[in-house]
Amino acid sequence: MSDPGDYGDAPEIAEEIMAGFRRTPRGVSARFTAGQAGIIRNLVGQVADLVGGPGAADAPPARGPAGPGGTAGEDLPSDFGAVFGMDGPAAPPEDPVLARLLPDAYGDDPEAAGDFRRYTEQGLRSGKVAAARTVLATLPSDGGRVRLSPGDAEAWLRSLNDVRLALGVLLGITEDYEHEPAELDPEDPREAYLHVYDWLTFLQETLVRALR
Amino acid sequence: MSVAPAEVERPEADEDVVPDTPWVTIVWNDPVNLMSYVTYVFQKVFGYAKPRAEKLMLDVHHKGKAVVSSGTRESMEHDAEILHGYGLWATVSHDR
Repeated sequence: MSDPGDYGDAPEIAEEIMAGFRRTPRGVSARFTAGQAGIIRNLVGQVADLVGGPGAADAPPARGPAGPGGTAGEDLPSDFGAVFGMDGPAAPPEDPVLARLLPDAYGDDPEAAGDFRRYTEQGLRSGKVAAARTVLATLPSDGGRVRLSPGDAEAWLRSLNDVRLALGVLLGITEDYEHEPAELDPEDPREAYLHVYDWLTFLQETLVRALR
Repeated sequence: MSVAPAEVERPEADEDVVPDTPWVTIVWNDPVNLMSYVTYVFQKVFGYAKPRAEKLMLDVHHKGKAVVSSGTRESMEHDAEILHGYGLWATVSHDR
């Protein structure tokens, strides 16, 4: 986690780092240490890989239907299911983090839930991966100031939320957490992640407020 | 999609063609989503004014769930899909 003391000779930078996101005339802005940027990039990348498959976080953006020199329709795929987004899975993910990120839309009707999932899950996954890629594209790995357009800020909100949802499952965050922080052995490796979770909560809160 | 031949009989007005009672989208409470974020999402997705979005958010928080929209099944599934994109826990059900 950040140590504002690193910037003892530049208190305004330390203050900016502690403030989270702020609204500025040129968009919402925040400053990150290299350590903070590394944590966000790591977690956002992990969620993208989980949701989109290994390498999803750094895959290049999808190309248009017609490649260079080609014309649309020249080589129509024969897999209509994929074309129309109907070949997604019908069963909910077994991984509890994925199950939270890709929830059932029908609580008491597995058949309807399966149909909904078949039609929507791929789009949901690719939307989450796209948001993650926006974060990775706008956050320099060595930190510094980030300034976000409205669209990029929206992607950050969703992506930070996905990371917090994932950590919430892994850390067993409950409704009481706010009032009774989970007590973990200081030696427990999850202890560090609780602090990261709290910091991301703060960061997301400042981003929501900056967007209002 | 195709047009039915003219001579095909129209179905009798039975239960199948009685207009559906509305479907609803429900958002469920969860321990991670921020109250400010949930309010933001309701404003953004449904265009609700802030007081209405805040009231719905508080209903979710205190009662465990809230109906956030109602209409046809298709439009409720659309709403749920968008809410899932924001990480909210949304389900669709028939409002009986």
